[in-house]
Amino acid sequence: MDILITGLLLGGTYALIAMGLNLQYGMARIMNLANGEFLVAGGFAAFWFYTAGKVSPLLTIFIVAPLAFLLNWLIYVVMLRPLVRRAKSHGQLEVDAILTTFGLAFVSVGIMLALFGGDYFSYSYLARPITLIGDTYALNRVTAAVAAVIICGGLWLWLTRTRAGMSIRAIAVDPKNARLVGIDVPKLSALAFALGGAVTAVGGALISTFLTLDASTGVMFTLKALVIVIMGGVGDVRGTIVAALLLGILETFVATLIDPGLTLAAAYLLFVLILLFRPQGLFGRRTT
Amino acid sequence: MSLTKRDWQSITLSAVLLAVAACLPLTGDAYMLSIGITIAMYAVLATSWALFSGPTHYISLATAAFFGLGTYTTAIGIENGLNYWVTLPIAAILGAVLAALVGLATLRLSGVYFVIFTLGLAELVRQVVTWGQNVSGQKGLYVLTDITEVHIYWQLLVLAGIVYLTGWAIGRSRLGFALRIIGDDEEVARHSGINTSRAKILLFMVSGATAAVVGSMLAPRYIYIEPALAFTPMLSFLVVIMALLGGTGRLWGPLVGVIPFTLLWEAISASFPNQTTLLLGLSFLVIVYLLPRGFVGLIESSKRKLREREAFA
Repeated sequence: MDILITGLLLGGTYALIAMGLNLQYGMARIMNLANGEFLVAGGFAAFWFYTAGKVSPLLTIFIVAPLAFLLNWLIYVVMLRPLVRRAKSHGQLEVDAILTTFGLAFVSVGIMLALFGGDYFSYSYLARPITLIGDTYALNRVTAAVAAVIICGGLWLWLTRTRAGMSIRAIAVDPKNARLVGIDVPKLSALAFALGGAVTAVGGALISTFLTLDASTGVMFTLKALVIVIMGGVGDVRGTIVAALLLGILETFVATLIDPGLTLAAAYLLFVLILLFRPQGLFGRRTT
Repeated sequence: MSLTKRDWQSITLSAVLLAVAACLPLTGDAYMLSIGITIAMYAVLATSWALFSGPTHYISLATAAFFGLGTYTTAIGIENGLNYWVTLPIAAILGAVLAALVGLATLRLSGVYFVIFTLGLAELVRQVVTWGQNVSGQKGLYVLTDITEVHIYWQLLVLAGIVYLTGWAIGRSRLGFALRIIGDDEEVARHSGINTSRAKILLFMVSGATAAVVGSMLAPRYIYIEPALAFTPMLSFLVVIMALLGGTGRLWGPLVGVIPFTLLWEAISASFPNQTTLLLGLSFLVIVYLLPRGFVGLIESSKRKLREREAFA
């Protein structure tokens, strides 16, 4: 029970990060391997604001989100759009996007190393116990999970209830035919990519309240987010949330009962099972 | 399968170049030898990487996993009384098996899954090895042999020769032809009766086995081995950069990238050790935006321009 709730709390934050990646990969069709670095950058920002000005990480996200949005929008428009235009096939765009975002990931790690050094950083925010259904949990984990649920819910409403959200989902299903019904694909792709970056950075700010980060941990989060997105089905919001919760529970389970050093191995186990038995994702439909 | 005059020319040229390279230890300069080993190592790794990723465009980031597997095979083998030379073929087999497993899980699907899977593979194996060591209470491994740097260098050169011959043979075989079609259009390949998964997995096995053997060969150089050293993810990224920088369209392409990049890398690591990650990132961007076909592409397009200019003159 204890494991289940801790896992759900972790999974809630994972869901937020994976939503960010899903907006970028599922909707904007760019496999962003620099996703985890934006998470770490968000975490750094929260750390910096908290230690320098005692600003609560829950307020920092209102600064982090627009900044990350702007930065990701610039990245998409300046660096990725030329690749989209030059690509002759989807495969080529994928290779180019992977290499570019990989390069971006290393550049951002390099910049963060230069700015902050290679140390681990953590701060103590809301590190108080809280009792839920008979067991105690850290308040910061609960707060982060609640914030993640609120943001995820808002995103879901936006994607399902508004015109822009519906257009973006249409692009996720079929970018070519989306143009035929008058959707401005280039503009909305950029929007989805930027929004994805902002969501991930917010997730990073939240995660930094209870996890220790350092400049080069980004790639681990990218991997986990990728596993979640693929497991849930690319472009599928509901699947992403379920998969994130599953991964959170499995990771907590492995870390508590076997060895905390094996969390990635646990994620990979899920990944392999999905690839072998349901490569289209938990809720995805088989493509023809 | 008969050899043309051109084939003989290139074989002779490659043999002569290898022989010249083999004379490097005669200079007696320890620093030169150390750089030579690094270059030879990356040349083998990048060339065998390009054998698979060149024609298929599937970017493998698993080199470090195979490399570390080889290193550990040799280290554990020697500790248990095996002869060093016996551990090399064992490493090759284990590398091929690991590649086959990864290939079976991912290569039947689209390329992205493969990239993601290989990206975490080294880290995955590292976590498992570390966990195994925690359980068994062992921290690292000593590899004590009477193999010197010169021996390692020569072994790598021999391996380079084998890799070039293999690559050349594959390029002429049905398998190589099949892979080029897969790289152009996988759908077409499947419709013309090529078993695409089998072809991809086979070649990935060649590439994985080679990387494992390189790891084995370098194990005596490290003397003391621990997971963080053997499975350093940096190795995978460097190999990708070097191969793409050189160009994967030709067998000798990766070598053109390996030599300058190794020298640059050594220089940067020596004087600005904190900026290596930045350099790595910028190299990826340079490749995508400025050199999409590598140095080979640059050389060939300038050759073509020259020829056109001559034709007009």
